[in-house]
Amino acid sequence: MAKVIIPTPLRKFTENEGSLNTDGTTIQDAIKDLTEKFPELKKHIYDDSGSIRSFVRIYVGDDDIKALQNEATPLKEDSVVSIIPAIAGGIK
Amino acid sequence: MNKPLIFFKGALADMLKDLKEAYPNEGCGFLFGNDTEHRHIRIAQKVINSKEGDQRRRFEIKPTDYMKAERFADENNYKLLGVYHSHPNHPARPSEHDLKQAFPYFSYVIVSVMEGEIANITSWQLDENGKFQEEKIEKESIKY
Repeated sequence: MAKVIIPTPLRKFTENEGSLNTDGTTIQDAIKDLTEKFPELKKHIYDDSGSIRSFVRIYVGDDDIKALQNEATPLKEDSVVSIIPAIAGGIK
Repeated sequence: MNKPLIFFKGALADMLKDLKEAYPNEGCGFLFGNDTEHRHIRIAQKVINSKEGDQRRRFEIKPTDYMKAERFADENNYKLLGVYHSHPNHPARPSEHDLKQAFPYFSYVIVSVMEGEIANITSWQLDENGKFQEEKIEKESIKY
């Protein structure tokens, strides 16, 4: 089973679980699995059109899924998926 | 009502030193500590501002640095409580860019650095309606 690491700011929506196992065999399945278990996560991960928000990055191991196959990226039994909030900002 | 934020002296000193050194660019970093009846900030860890372009007005933290910060928190039994960044020559008020990219739970500490000197420190947290609410910072811990 692949493991999904939940970032600290979203743990309040996963009953404080920092990581969860998933049966999902792709990123899309894993995130769907997660948001079905914890529906409050949805608005923080998906935008209004149902795509992953531009302010959320998904990594498998040390690789951005954008450099792999995006949401179709396959997962192995020992894959570690990280959901990463984009940290950015600035003046005006 | 958000919990008051209490900086340990060393964490505060490290954060302010980093942001003065980053001037006139924006500096940034992570805040670690414990979340009990107060939010105790025990460690401020600077991170490279990876924003391409004008760093006097923008900051960005690499996803890989974020992953390292989560690991650091887990390994040291701290919580990743938030992020700090500076507003060089601007007030310590969150901008639209700050709000657009904010996540719940985190304390977003903003430090105004005017002409290279620390002018003000504020902290903000998203409420359930997606708006920033200012957090109280214990005044006695602030010496600059």
